[in-house]
Amino acid sequence: MNSRAKNAAQRSLSVRRVFCYIFLILLTFLSLFSFYILVINATRSHPDIQKGFSFLPGKSLIFNLKNLFTNQNLPVLSSLRNSLFISACTALVGTYFSAMTAFGIHAYNFRFKKFAFAFIMMVMLVPTQVSALGFVRLMSTMGLRNSFIPLILPSVAAPIVFFFMKQYMESTLPIEIIEAARIDGSNEFHTFNRIVLPIMKPAMAVQAIFMFVASWNNYFMPALLLDSSNKKTLPILIAQLRSADFMKFDMGQVYTLVAIAIVPVIIVYLLLSKFIVRGVALGSVKG
Amino acid sequence: MDEKGSPRKKSRSISYGKWGYLFIAPFFLAYLVFSLIPLISTFYNSFFERYMVGLDLIGPTFVGLENYYSLFTQGDFSKYLSNTFIIWILGFVPQLLVSLLLAAWFTDLRLRLRASGFFKTVIYMPNLIMAAAFSMLFYTIFADAGPVNSVLMSMGMESPYRFLANIGSTRGLIALMNFLMWYGNTTILLMAAIMGIDPSLFEAAQIDGASSPQIFRQVTLPLIKPILIYVMITSLIGGIQMFDVPQILTNGNGNPNRTSMTLVMYLNKHLFSENFGMGGAVSVILFLISAVLSLIVFYSFTGKMQRGGNKA
Repeated sequence: MNSRAKNAAQRSLSVRRVFCYIFLILLTFLSLFSFYILVINATRSHPDIQKGFSFLPGKSLIFNLKNLFTNQNLPVLSSLRNSLFISACTALVGTYFSAMTAFGIHAYNFRFKKFAFAFIMMVMLVPTQVSALGFVRLMSTMGLRNSFIPLILPSVAAPIVFFFMKQYMESTLPIEIIEAARIDGSNEFHTFNRIVLPIMKPAMAVQAIFMFVASWNNYFMPALLLDSSNKKTLPILIAQLRSADFMKFDMGQVYTLVAIAIVPVIIVYLLLSKFIVRGVALGSVKG
Repeated sequence: MDEKGSPRKKSRSISYGKWGYLFIAPFFLAYLVFSLIPLISTFYNSFFERYMVGLDLIGPTFVGLENYYSLFTQGDFSKYLSNTFIIWILGFVPQLLVSLLLAAWFTDLRLRLRASGFFKTVIYMPNLIMAAAFSMLFYTIFADAGPVNSVLMSMGMESPYRFLANIGSTRGLIALMNFLMWYGNTTILLMAAIMGIDPSLFEAAQIDGASSPQIFRQVTLPLIKPILIYVMITSLIGGIQMFDVPQILTNGNGNPNRTSMTLVMYLNKHLFSENFGMGGAVSVILFLISAVLSLIVFYSFTGKMQRGGNKA
């Protein structure tokens, strides 16, 4: 290749680069603009918001928060507590038992192993909504309506988390380690808790974040199961706000409530984005 | 890692086999109680007439396939099916195109984009957002007196554009939210797929003088086809499940005139009004649609695993 051709290639590469940046900046704007409005408006008072849009934050965040937390119609504090509790339990229960299931299939040979694996893969893509009817009825007859148990315990059977754990074990957990533990006289459950789980820590952390977020964001099931006001979670509260007579609402409070539901997740995400983005790629089918 | 190799190992692992059952027991127990039994009871319910009139319970009486019959003849089931499909397509096509483009750029060895870490962080962020809150946010932003209209008016528009009173803009907003929530995820999946390709293939193509678009079309695309199928079908199943965004945005009514009512919103309506017969029938149809799609995914999955099985 002579130098002129090289220069031309260089130039076309820089043109492409400029085009890429413009497109990426547009996408960034599209992805962030609603969150920007959210954060700005959460800091402005109702009359300010009514006056029109502003690019600068206001000074009413504390005022909005105080109004929101003292609002009798919106049990924000208790729903925040409920959401946190359910999500944390779901993440703990889900990751622990998924790792356990994955270990059972990864480390042992038994007759129905292939079938068990195929079965879990089969149920992976069946939407939870299709069994919702039977689920809600069963939970009602078991007296578990308005209880958090039906929102937490089903995460014991989380096929996607299982699949991720299984993939991770295949690349990081040689059977020899388990055999060595056996020779040292370790009981199988002890081996799992003391040797396997520490090795699985990175995978557990990533999946715990995902499960926490998914449970935090879940609206369909909690809305069907929880109807007493002290049991409500944040998404239900937001839906309730939407169906209330909207025009009478203090818009400062509306934006602040939405911010409370979204901003903590964004902050955690920004702190851990490296792990999370890697986690998505890890969990995918690899070529 | 495969223990089938030597007979000695095999005989030893048999004595540990029972531990395998113990370890997977919680999963299957939880699945049985919270998914399988409910699923069967949903199917069972779909053959009964059972609904509430005020506080009175009608039924349950066995009616066979009548619920299915009235679903297709009386209700607007086909309308909701096509709504769901149209909104899914509106969000998915741009999502796949943009994700392919971004994945190609981020993995392009010659392009070497700066700040790609920042962009990856930004595009993935909307995926973690509560769909209910996100759609509430969009509702307030695109309301008649919301920020978007106030900007449009200040730019000289005379009356506010009523986003949620028009079919196109309502569906468009739902599709836009679906796009924003999923394009980052798809981009990262596709990137992982592209980075899994043997780099020597790209080098060989480069030495042969292929341009970036040529390499992308003739080397990258065919090699990531399995992941493309995976993305396509998981997105389709996700599309069938579409609920939170249109539910909150339109307050559960699928306005205007139920043109943005999705299948799961319809199911949710039956569940809330305790019309369990019809709800069951809707669930079974949803199940059948996703089961067919799941089987396709499953086979494309297992085909892949056999080919790449020795990698671990």
